[in-house]
Amino acid sequence: MNVTTTTTMETDAPNVTNLATNRIYIFKRFERFWHWSQALLIITMAVTGFEIHGTYTLIGFGDAVDVHTTAAWVLIGLWVFAIFWHLTTGEWRHYIPTADKLMAVAKFYAYGIFKGEHHPYKPTQLRKHNPLQLLAYLGFKLAMAPAIWITGLLYMYYADWASWGFGWLELWVIALLHTAAAFALLIFLVAHVYLTTTGHTVFAHIKAMITGWEEQDE
Amino acid sequence: MTHRISKISSQTAKHLAVICLAILTVLQISNSVSLAAVKKSTADHAKFEQLNGPFTSGPEVTKGCLKCHTEAAKQVHKTKHWTWQFKNEDTGQLLGKRNVINNFCISTQSNIGACSSCHVGYGWKDKTYDFTVEENVDCLVCHDTTGVYDKKKLRAGKTSNLAKIAQKVGRTSRTSCGTCHFKGGGGKAVKHGDLDPSFEAPDTFVDIHMDADGLNFTCSTCHTTDAHMVSGSRYTPKARDMAGIDVPGKGDGSRATCVSCHGYRPMKDEKLNDHTDRVACQTCHIPKFARGDYPSKMWWDWSTAGKMNEKGKPFSTLDQEGNEIYNSKKGDFVWQRDVVPEYRWFNGSVQYTLPSDKIDPDKVVEINRFQGDAKDPKALIWPIKLMRGKQPYDADNKTLAIPHTTGKDGYWKKFDWQDAITKGMAAADQPYSGKFGFVKTEMSWPMAHMVAPAKEALECVECHAKNGRLAKIAGIYMPGRDNNPWLDIAGFAALILTALGVGAHGALRIFFAWRNGRAD
Repeated sequence: MNVTTTTTMETDAPNVTNLATNRIYIFKRFERFWHWSQALLIITMAVTGFEIHGTYTLIGFGDAVDVHTTAAWVLIGLWVFAIFWHLTTGEWRHYIPTADKLMAVAKFYAYGIFKGEHHPYKPTQLRKHNPLQLLAYLGFKLAMAPAIWITGLLYMYYADWASWGFGWLELWVIALLHTAAAFALLIFLVAHVYLTTTGHTVFAHIKAMITGWEEQDE
Repeated sequence: MTHRISKISSQTAKHLAVICLAILTVLQISNSVSLAAVKKSTADHAKFEQLNGPFTSGPEVTKGCLKCHTEAAKQVHKTKHWTWQFKNEDTGQLLGKRNVINNFCISTQSNIGACSSCHVGYGWKDKTYDFTVEENVDCLVCHDTTGVYDKKKLRAGKTSNLAKIAQKVGRTSRTSCGTCHFKGGGGKAVKHGDLDPSFEAPDTFVDIHMDADGLNFTCSTCHTTDAHMVSGSRYTPKARDMAGIDVPGKGDGSRATCVSCHGYRPMKDEKLNDHTDRVACQTCHIPKFARGDYPSKMWWDWSTAGKMNEKGKPFSTLDQEGNEIYNSKKGDFVWQRDVVPEYRWFNGSVQYTLPSDKIDPDKVVEINRFQGDAKDPKALIWPIKLMRGKQPYDADNKTLAIPHTTGKDGYWKKFDWQDAITKGMAAADQPYSGKFGFVKTEMSWPMAHMVAPAKEALECVECHAKNGRLAKIAGIYMPGRDNNPWLDIAGFAALILTALGVGAHGALRIFFAWRNGRAD
């Protein structure tokens, strides 16, 4: 048991660690709100997006476009707050990539987990994500999300391309990239949801994302 | 007693209902009057002695008109309504009713004596007609307000009431324009599909602007006219009005496009407005045509004409609704109501197949072809009525044939194609090989009337779907209609593999947990 905390990061938790119960306050209130509302919005946009794509019929094309567009703006608003929060609280430092223990974590998921080994990484309030996880999230934040947003906004404003100097752009290219990004996000979602079950109990990670408290496996 | 009371109260209720209805009716009338303010003339034509008559012929009336309206006939002489001739400067084609072929009654050439019953003039019987005679302009056919003027009767020599009609002349109306335009193609609702006699007093469902109890537009509200030159043309339509809203003093004063009043972004939903650079207003706002009281003719097969009944006489067959579906003179017809239009890119340029143009009889001949494609910034997606049929052609020269149908020596009396085509081609100065056949043809008519109320406009999914209305429109990417199948296959495959992968990982975890548990 070696939980060190730092005072450089502010926290809304009165009690950052609880040595008696082996718990660590890892996901702050805004972060949890951001996570779950983002999850809801992304799933909403996936459902409506693939209806717009013509994959199936659910609520009708027109309504699907309305819901998809509204959800997109709400998510953009949410991200503006999230970026602000990351910058002002210094939380962005959690996403600085590191090779430390990267291979160990990869090996754990590849076979250690089957042998009942303990997770080689223990989250701290300085590093709440394991090195593999943070790479995945960094990829989500720096590649997938911008890809779907840039293509999505261009898609939304295709009528203005000419006046923006993008007259050469073809809608099918943007649609193709937007759909490709959507598939990437869906794949991320499936893997992400599965990996939440790999805590010391099946629901440990989900519980942490709801309450903020991660129980330490010891 | 109670019975009596209930009787009285029911009577009172009836009275109340009648009063309410009366109030409502008055309100409605005053409402419609305010909407449909009829412009008043500064002249009472009954007070002009030139119009006292008695008149024994149409040209006599016109002479009376021209006493005051000195330039009117000269103006009419310059219009297509008079010349039936139009030179398209862009394509170089000489068009107009005198020159084109269609797939209804085919051609006016040798049949002009009958066809000219819809000419705004008197006395056009043959090629010798003098188009410079001013008194031969028929003022009354457009300016009659009594509804009594009957050009057919006049042509048959019956001239009663001409003075009374002349004394009540006024502005054109839906009815006066409709005298010809609601019956184009030889009968009610035959030709256009979006114009028929329903327009004499249409309801709001048939046309939101011309609704007789609403906005009550006449034809000329949009087809603004200067010096008898009526705006809006089927030979050179303005497929995309780039000028925007026509502000008095700035534009050309023509209101014969939706955009000239509504502009290009008239809707509350900006995403809908984004469509107007590629989709004509008509495409969504005329969801169907032939929506009035009449079906429109969609198919005309001349090749089956000439059958006789058991008595050896020509006959006609009606369907249950009373529409003629066969006539020995003309062949087979198909009529349709509430027709979903076809859609085409259209930049306003129309290429006609003229009598001298070579055709390929193995293909469906396009009588007229709307020009434009997705790359053309002037082109929009337009709804059209596609009139289909079969008509005679010169089998050796590979040209469309001009049959002589009317009159005592025409096909409709003699039922002899060889004779009719020989005479028709001669009248049109076209060569004829002596061999004829029947070829499938189609003709496009842009839909611009029967504008539905906004709530009846097309839903997104009508077009944004795999087999939607715009399934055949090429050159654009439409969400819901188009996708890249390779991306979809790759994307869903990757998704399924991921799901299988994590499923297998989870299964292995459960298996090893069980085995390790047993080992303990």
